Amino acid sequence: MLRDITIGQYYPEESFIHKLDPRVKLLGAFLFVVSVFIYDNLLGFAIMTFFLGLCIVTCKVPLKFMVKGLRAILFILILTGVINLFLTPGTSVFSWRFINITKQGIYNTVYMIIRLTYLVLGSSIMTLTTTPTRLTDGMETGLRFLKFFKFPVHEVAMMMSIALRFIPILIEEADKIMKAQMARGADFETGGLIKKAKNMVPLLVPLFVSAWRRAGDLAMAMEARCYNGGEGRTRMKPLKYQKCDYIAYLILFIYLGAMIATRIIFKADTLFGMYS
Amino acid sequence: MSIILNHVNYIYSEGTKIAQHALKDINLQIGDGEFIGIIGHTGSGKSTLIQHLNGLLKPTSGEVYYNGRDINDKDFSRKELRSKVGLVFQYPEYQLFETTIFADVSFGPKNQGLPENEAGLRAFEALRSVKIPEELYYQSPFELSGGQKRRVAIAGVLAMKPEVLILDEPTAGLDPMGRDEILDEIARLHKERNMTVILVSHSMEDVAKYVDRLIVMNGGVVAYNGTPREVFSHYKKLERIGLSAPSVTYLVHDLFEKGYDVDVNATTVDEAVETILNCFKK
Repeated sequence: MLRDITIGQYYPEESFIHKLDPRVKLLGAFLFVVSVFIYDNLLGFAIMTFFLGLCIVTCKVPLKFMVKGLRAILFILILTGVINLFLTPGTSVFSWRFINITKQGIYNTVYMIIRLTYLVLGSSIMTLTTTPTRLTDGMETGLRFLKFFKFPVHEVAMMMSIALRFIPILIEEADKIMKAQMARGADFETGGLIKKAKNMVPLLVPLFVSAWRRAGDLAMAMEARCYNGGEGRTRMKPLKYQKCDYIAYLILFIYLGAMIATRIIFKADTLFGMYS
Repeated sequence: MSIILNHVNYIYSEGTKIAQHALKDINLQIGDGEFIGIIGHTGSGKSTLIQHLNGLLKPTSGEVYYNGRDINDKDFSRKELRSKVGLVFQYPEYQLFETTIFADVSFGPKNQGLPENEAGLRAFEALRSVKIPEELYYQSPFELSGGQKRRVAIAGVLAMKPEVLILDEPTAGLDPMGRDEILDEIARLHKERNMTVILVSHSMEDVAKYVDRLIVMNGGVVAYNGTPREVFSHYKKLERIGLSAPSVTYLVHDLFEKGYDVDVNATTVDEAVETILNCFKK
């Protein structure tokens, strides 16, 4: 049931990408997301697909597992697709009564769907191959320079790691409460929207109560261990770049170079461009 | 009337690397009016097993029959099944949600489709049988003590008048007195209503005292299935799978080895007292 939610989940595996330093993966995911919106011609999309495919193959996470995460954004995909398809002005290809489909509309739809899909796949490769602890560690060390601007890097990273840690706990808890209420005859599946929302009360009230309780317990446990922020804290496993991280950085820079090059060489209005 | 499990297998997250084979080829028969104990180490598959009995989990392979019908058939009403097979989860006090205790306990009967007054009557009966004082009925369940919350939650399942009652560690985290009260109450219900009771427990003393039959789970398989006497006679093997026999079993065995003529099969304190007294009378 609820255990099927895969967004933000970690998938244990021994692969090149799993072993990489989280800072590399964070930069990689960031560059990829930027590139998804910068590439606007066929060659760019080819490079992007190649890069994404390479990551998917090397990270050894089954594709089926990743595609499951796409189900959550299916509605957004369809909505943007429909809006782009029918509401883009331009040269008409097909029109019937008030429906008017343009060439630009078709291009936009295809590109938009590819972009959103790649966006989710790209970022889920990062979360699937990195444990939440390493991810926030990477964020904290990688963004340390922000301290210069009085930004509370450690505190924000700690909040993030707690929030991430709580997602599976709350999912499991919700699963448990749901089953307990189902054992008492509760029905979470049938009925209209309002009835369904009302039926959620037996699930949500205990879930909130337990979230508050857990938050209180955690705060108490942290205080009992004299936690008082990041000043002078050391790590059990300090982050250190290995040889494979430098290789990954090199690949990322080549990717960045390719991104800039295609953008300069193939302008949007050339043969391979979007609005040819 | 009975529950039959036929070659039941259950695998969590099947087909991925994190897959876990939680139940391996389970064959069990649970007769009418039995008082059964299930023991096993943490992660041995006890909780997974009991969730199959009221259709919350569907076996990966194999069948579960309730009164001769496969509960995972398409035309079998699992909602009806759940009102006949009541399941009290571990730490059930975390499922309370209503504004008053009375409303919370009537939640189950109302879901069964009973009219308001009938549901209220059931709630009243159930609350009385778990000995919640009447002046608390219209208070918020969140203001109660831990032990009282636990009893209200058990009442929430009892109010549905199930034919089979399954309890997953109903006494975890309770003080000894609260523990005895709850277990005595369950034993009384078992006798009076001839209800089938399945008790999951970590306490060997508890299961030895109350149950007729004991099922020992280990690593997803049934390791032993028999009367407490039979099962605890394997106490050396039980230790190997991380369990132990009741303290009195160790006592009578030690006495026997020292040359006293005691019955080594005594599993409860009363039986041990009897056999030791007999030995000294001779």
